[in-house]
Amino acid sequence: MARIIVVTSGKGGVGKTTTSAAFAMGLAMKGYRTAVIDFDVGLRNLDLVMGCERRVVYDFVNVLNGEATLHQALIRDKRRDNLFILPASQTRDKESLTKEGVERVLNELAETHEYIVCDSPAGIEKGATLAMYFADDALVVTNPEVSSVRDSDRMLGILASKSRRAELGVEPIKEYLLLTRYSPERVRLGEMLSVEDVQEILSMHLLGVIPESKSVLGASNAGTPVILDEKSDAGQAYGDIVRRYLGEQVPHRFVEENKKGLLKRLFGG
Amino acid sequence: MSHNAHEPTASDLFEIKAGYVNLLNLKLLGLDLDTLAAQLSEKIRSAPEFFRNAPVVIDLSGLGDPRLSIDFAALLPVLRNLGLSPAGVRGGRDAWQRAAERSGLAVLAEFRSGTQPKEAAGADGTSRAAASEPARNVAKLIDHPVRSGQRIYAPGGDLIVLAPVSPGAELMADGNIHIYSSLRGRALAGVQGDLESRIFCMDLQAELIAIGGQYQISENLEESIRGRPVQVFLRHDTLIIEDL
Repeated sequence: MARIIVVTSGKGGVGKTTTSAAFAMGLAMKGYRTAVIDFDVGLRNLDLVMGCERRVVYDFVNVLNGEATLHQALIRDKRRDNLFILPASQTRDKESLTKEGVERVLNELAETHEYIVCDSPAGIEKGATLAMYFADDALVVTNPEVSSVRDSDRMLGILASKSRRAELGVEPIKEYLLLTRYSPERVRLGEMLSVEDVQEILSMHLLGVIPESKSVLGASNAGTPVILDEKSDAGQAYGDIVRRYLGEQVPHRFVEENKKGLLKRLFGG
Repeated sequence: MSHNAHEPTASDLFEIKAGYVNLLNLKLLGLDLDTLAAQLSEKIRSAPEFFRNAPVVIDLSGLGDPRLSIDFAALLPVLRNLGLSPAGVRGGRDAWQRAAERSGLAVLAEFRSGTQPKEAAGADGTSRAAASEPARNVAKLIDHPVRSGQRIYAPGGDLIVLAPVSPGAELMADGNIHIYSSLRGRALAGVQGDLESRIFCMDLQAELIAIGGQYQISENLEESIRGRPVQVFLRHDTLIIEDL
């Protein structure tokens, strides 16, 4: 049985696709057979961040419509042979997604994969609600600013009430907070909410903090999930997050300024 | 004004001011005076100081059978012997209120419609004297965070929330709302018009609070009560926010 993880936020531009790519790669690096699906039909991005955009033949909507088999549409990652990408269609819209179709594709993926990562589009419309509907776990990606926190809160409400788990009345989706683009210095200057502020408002478990980092943009443009950049602070932070998700006790890093300074000296990041 | 209105002159023998006093409400559920006397005296024994010479209003709205006639000449001595001071009546049938007036009691204004408890009709008043405990309202209990965009309504009773209420979330109850955490969203108590209902919370950061339709928005909340444990209630159609 595969575990289905949705990467969601409500708000756009907070780092869902970066997180989906890094997290899926991290699980694959730990030896798990992993698939990552781009639910952002019409605004395909995951293939770029994963660096497989030139190998897309069929996509998610083709599979939903029976125009291609899952096997034909899945793209095997060149760096990890246990990682597969199911790209979104760029020519269709979110109306192509149906609950029955998504369920069928997820069930088929679950037969041969241990983790399925669903990269949710922004918003709370069909693409986002279908991305989270079948999830077992949710990574709620949040930036330390009030509008992102409010949108995450809204998404948490939807996770708690409109998912399959909620409708069946079984154990609810496990929610993990991922605070991205965090800058302790800007928190000190009062320009950003602190980890404590965000946790107090959202009252949920903190999986990890990803520091604001130039390496994220560079990795996206290069089509390399940032977790592969082991020298960068963001890459290390994603590494910590995957280990924490898998149950390891890993102390939080990148939360305080002086700590970051020390790491900078040690790693030159 | 030439006349100094502040100092009463020697000729003033009274001042008239509007005042509000708390009166005990004695709601009669039956008229068997012996049983009533026995039950009341037991109650009073539990807190004699509280009841000593306490002025009471006799609430007649709980007497189910409209054919009953009330013998105030017999009832009042029973109450006075127990140390109570009957001051007036409220509720019930016109005929009962006229009988009360003839016995020298005041007839007080009826409860506001929203607060009048609904009584089951048709029950024989005398046989109900023993069942003096009021029926418990069903409260709705929420033990998880109430997220932005979620609405929770407690029909017919109180709403109790044990977790934070986020901005953009909305709580509504026919009765009181209790929040044992932060209130950052909206809370509307007494939405069916119960003006006696209240809002209690441990940390007031609300976007909006309302009781029985009287509301106040966040912008108008005083800084001094923000972030504190408070209760909110209605007095003279005005929302009062008080430290807990």
